[in-house]
Amino acid sequence: MVAPVTTSAGGGAAKAAAPGRGPTRGNVLAWLVVVPFLAYVGTFLVYPTILVLAGAFQDSDGAFTLSNLTDLMKGVYLQAFWRSIELSAITALLGAVFGALLSWAVATGNPVGLLRRVVVAGAGVLAQFGGVPLAFAFLATVGFQGFVTKFLQDSFGINLFSGGAWIFELPGLTLVYTFFQIPLMVIVFLPALDGLRPQWREATESLGGSSWTYWRYVGGPILFSPFLGAVLLLFANAFSAYATAAALVSQGSPIVPLQIRGFLTGEVLLGQENLGKALGLGMVIVVGVAMGIYALLQRRVSKWQ
Amino acid sequence: MAVTAKPGRKITGAVLRWVVLVVLGIYFVLPLVAMGEFSTRGVNDTRSLDSWTGIFADPDLVDSILTSVELAVLSSVLMLVLLVPTMAWIRLRLPKLRRLVEFLCLLPLTIPAIVLVVGMAPLYAWVNYLLGDSPLTLTFVYAVLVLPFAYRAIDAGLASIDLKTLAEAARSLGASWGTVLWRIVVPNIRTALIGASLLSVALVLGEFTIASLLNFETLQVQVNLIGKRNAGLSIAVSLACLVFAFVLLFLLSYVGQRRRVTVVED
Repeated sequence: MVAPVTTSAGGGAAKAAAPGRGPTRGNVLAWLVVVPFLAYVGTFLVYPTILVLAGAFQDSDGAFTLSNLTDLMKGVYLQAFWRSIELSAITALLGAVFGALLSWAVATGNPVGLLRRVVVAGAGVLAQFGGVPLAFAFLATVGFQGFVTKFLQDSFGINLFSGGAWIFELPGLTLVYTFFQIPLMVIVFLPALDGLRPQWREATESLGGSSWTYWRYVGGPILFSPFLGAVLLLFANAFSAYATAAALVSQGSPIVPLQIRGFLTGEVLLGQENLGKALGLGMVIVVGVAMGIYALLQRRVSKWQ
Repeated sequence: MAVTAKPGRKITGAVLRWVVLVVLGIYFVLPLVAMGEFSTRGVNDTRSLDSWTGIFADPDLVDSILTSVELAVLSSVLMLVLLVPTMAWIRLRLPKLRRLVEFLCLLPLTIPAIVLVVGMAPLYAWVNYLLGDSPLTLTFVYAVLVLPFAYRAIDAGLASIDLKTLAEAARSLGASWGTVLWRIVVPNIRTALIGASLLSVALVLGEFTIASLLNFETLQVQVNLIGKRNAGLSIAVSLACLVFAFVLLFLLSYVGQRRRVTVVED
């Protein structure tokens, strides 16, 4: 009989249950299976998150206050937020444009070819698992003793640092962030390009349309939403990134994640711990808004596929 | 018109394609070449492999590598134990919970790791009090970090099989739920599980934010520390990390392909 599948949950226990009560008892047992997962995620994801979000509205004695949030709106903290947003927006746009070009170059090749495998695997490494190694790759390339720095100095007498130690400041962060932003764009944008059917192009051609017509009236409009979504995802990614910047910038806190580091390593005044949580709340809001719009765009895009 | 325009377009397209590939290829390969060059520098413009052999001569570094490998294995196992039964069960019996579980699994994408660590600090005071302050306790938070990647891989695996029919057939032949899970679900989504595990391993080996701020000496934390006194050594280890992660993900591209092939054959 197939019946046990719909009425019983935990083997022998449910089989013994009376038929009338079966479903309810079965449902309770069915829920029990999910309890370990929910308890775990509740403890190690939801609880710490709530701790941060609630802490942002508390003073050091645990009483409700808005002063953490008003402190956030001025001085160094506000500057750090603007700088983080600027860095994320610039690298998201750079990453999106160059990543889209690279995706296009890969998508027009063999879908199971070596080029595509290498690019996709390389993109995964740099976008998601690079972190600290990326900072050192950057230093080995354009650091004070870097490969390119020495090459330019020895061959052309060009000093990369005549304008100051820019690699430890915002321009340096912008350059090193593109090392993971372009690869992330490849990961998220390649599936959208794969979704373009060759038939659409053939239809355009058979109606006398040029390559320009195709991209202007068919490819472009279809790819617009995924592109916009990818820009938002890249923005959120850069805004959340910590490891590369932390390994590169050991002094000073130009961006929000590094300021939070200051609170965790005790470089701040006593009694201000909850200001760190307010910074966290600010980050969650910025990233949450970007990811929320991204999710909405994704839903629209999925109608096409 | 269209016929005469076609070859010209093909050629411009091909040229543009190669320009993009070469320029961006140089942009991404140059740092790797630079790392190779930097890490093999000797005294007075000579070449030397001291930085590379130094990896195994540094006991702290070797310890941290072992710690990270143990963490990678433990986190993958914990992730599989948590996710596979839950996700299979939800597809079979509790479809109403699917949105909630998906939301929870994707939540780490919206909570930056640096923010999560702020909330983790008090929690880890308890974890360390109860379980000791072994770096392996990081497994708990790493299992959370890998959730989005693992969820997507396993969800795709479950979607590619007719779970309900398979489970009903097994149940009608007298299999327990444990047997269904272990002998029906797991073998059928084997490649998805391998994919989820490879991604988790790569993520854990590359994780820095949480380990460094909770003061545990994992591989990346150690690499960063070494960078302050021995640039050559830290760059050699960094290059090794990137290459190792690349090999893992490159293998993954073949794992995913084999799954698609078997689905077609079925």
